[in-house]
Amino acid sequence: MNFNLNKEHKMIQKTFTRFTKNEVEPIAAEVDEMERFPKETVEKMQRFGMMGIAVPQEYGGAGGDELAYVIAVEELSKACATTGVILSAHSSLGCWPIQKFGTEAQKKKYLVPLASGKKLGAFGLTEPNAGTDAAGQQTRAVLEGDQYRINGTKIFITNGGEADTYIIFGMTDTAKGLKGISAFIVESDTPGFTIGKKERKLGIKGSATTELIFKDMMVPKGNLLGKEGQGFKIAMQTLDGGRIGIAAQALGIAEGAMEKTIQYVKEREQFNRPIGKFQGLQFMMADMETQIQAAKLLVYQAAMAKSEGRPYGKLAAMAKLFASETAMEVTTKAVQLHGGYGYTADYPIERMMRDAKITEIYEGTSEVQKMVVAADILR
Amino acid sequence: MKIIVCIKQVPDTNEVKIDPVKGTLIREGVPSILNPDDKSALEEALRVKDNNPDTHITVLTMGPPQAEEVLIEGIAMGADEGILLSDRAFAGADTWATSNTLAKAIERVGDYDIIFCGRQAIDGDTAQVGPQIGERLGIPQVSYVEKFFVEEGTIRVHRALEDGYEVIEGKSPILLTTIKELNEPRYPSIPGIIKAYREDRIKVWTVNDLDIPSTDIGLDGSPTQVKRSFTPEPKGKGEMLEGSIDDKVQSLVKKLNEKNLI
Repeated sequence: MNFNLNKEHKMIQKTFTRFTKNEVEPIAAEVDEMERFPKETVEKMQRFGMMGIAVPQEYGGAGGDELAYVIAVEELSKACATTGVILSAHSSLGCWPIQKFGTEAQKKKYLVPLASGKKLGAFGLTEPNAGTDAAGQQTRAVLEGDQYRINGTKIFITNGGEADTYIIFGMTDTAKGLKGISAFIVESDTPGFTIGKKERKLGIKGSATTELIFKDMMVPKGNLLGKEGQGFKIAMQTLDGGRIGIAAQALGIAEGAMEKTIQYVKEREQFNRPIGKFQGLQFMMADMETQIQAAKLLVYQAAMAKSEGRPYGKLAAMAKLFASETAMEVTTKAVQLHGGYGYTADYPIERMMRDAKITEIYEGTSEVQKMVVAADILR
Repeated sequence: MKIIVCIKQVPDTNEVKIDPVKGTLIREGVPSILNPDDKSALEEALRVKDNNPDTHITVLTMGPPQAEEVLIEGIAMGADEGILLSDRAFAGADTWATSNTLAKAIERVGDYDIIFCGRQAIDGDTAQVGPQIGERLGIPQVSYVEKFFVEEGTIRVHRALEDGYEVIEGKSPILLTTIKELNEPRYPSIPGIIKAYREDRIKVWTVNDLDIPSTDIGLDGSPTQVKRSFTPEPKGKGEMLEGSIDDKVQSLVKKLNEKNLI
């Protein structure tokens, strides 16, 4: 068994490390404070082919694999979890369902501009009354001639208002329950599509999280993704992959906090020596590092399974569960190790702790991940 | 237009640490990078290509097999192909033997309009290889290029001086050595990295591929040789003299006398 990255992955990692250090880290604090979507970073990422890493080159992507994509989200999230989730939501939730379930015509029309970064993608499943219980969809899509009339509201949509192309879900047959849900590709300029409330959040403040409102929105029949009634399956499979991206984000947050903490305990002196010399703190840091490495193995394992076409639902759920809890624990301890300074906005640690929390919640809470794992092992 | 860019893989000297016990450089585990000045040289070539897409860029390096990595990086940034000069016979070369080898490789490539070289490598800091290549090829050269323009076959550059710059015009073929003020190099693109590794765009040339006698290359072809490497003794702490000018002068004279320096 070989735990080394190959040359291609190493070069991609090196490039993202440098990109993050030069382009992402310098604005991370300001993006958080101003709750500002970092458009300029997305534009730069487009220029260097970073928006379609795992999409084949024939569809405008870079032609890399899932691990390359995971490394990218991880590196970005070391300095800025907002930037990490912009890429993750765009790739896993925007591009992937079209790549997997789209027709050739849909891929040409919608995937190519997404993968090349000309357009940004998003995913709309959650509703005010349909969170973890996604089957409770109240959005209705009614076929009228060659168009669907869609009415409903989505909430907490990552990249909302910034994205151009949305994968949205609605009931086409209310009598069929889960099997009555369908998926649609919807462009932001579709008449009847408006952006509602923009959420103010604890963390990932630069990431746009909004409500989507569909009022008599007419969507061509050709924008149905997959077949009528396949929506729930598409959503669940998409989220299986999305979890790998979020797991990578969580891993990156933890690693970023760890790097800053190692540096800090070597510099900060109390009782005439660096605080890193105290065994009590060393033990804390040894635990943090061990957890991070364990999370990394789970995340990379899930990514490799997806790349190689093996089943990855359980692996992705375990990776996200463990990595997100690691991110929360490591960043909380990192604040502790920074003491009073860690609690101030002069250091990035408090932001990392705020950012970490969402990874335990979105794209399936930790409890949902446990349900997925349990369902798999008790099958 | 055809452009050759000479590049080098170097240890990232920002990452080099000193062994606190032995006082020597710790070279193990130091990441290798594309030499910064060479990156500027490549960026300028890529800008020519941005404006004239039919420009062909070859990146050329001499080094051990792992130096392939800087060619991959160059191709991922946008160069068309790479040539790696790699042979045990090339090892131990000083600037004389290096420029000999590179010039022969360039002669073998044959068709070129501009050769870009970085001013100097951060591991050797000699700034000799670029100009030596120009001499060996018998073509005009301009060093320390901080601005570059090409218009209808005429190449115009600003050559940095300590207190200003010279404007120099020339015709191709020409060799230019570039400084980092010239531009801001781009990142390699992700599809570029993947293509560079999966497509066969790097040629490896050994001594047998070049028309060059073995006495002109490697250690044997190097008139200068490293006799000994050492880390200079630390100078010790400086001392700031306090007080009025008179006090400071008196104290300085006294100290210099004590050390028998005056």
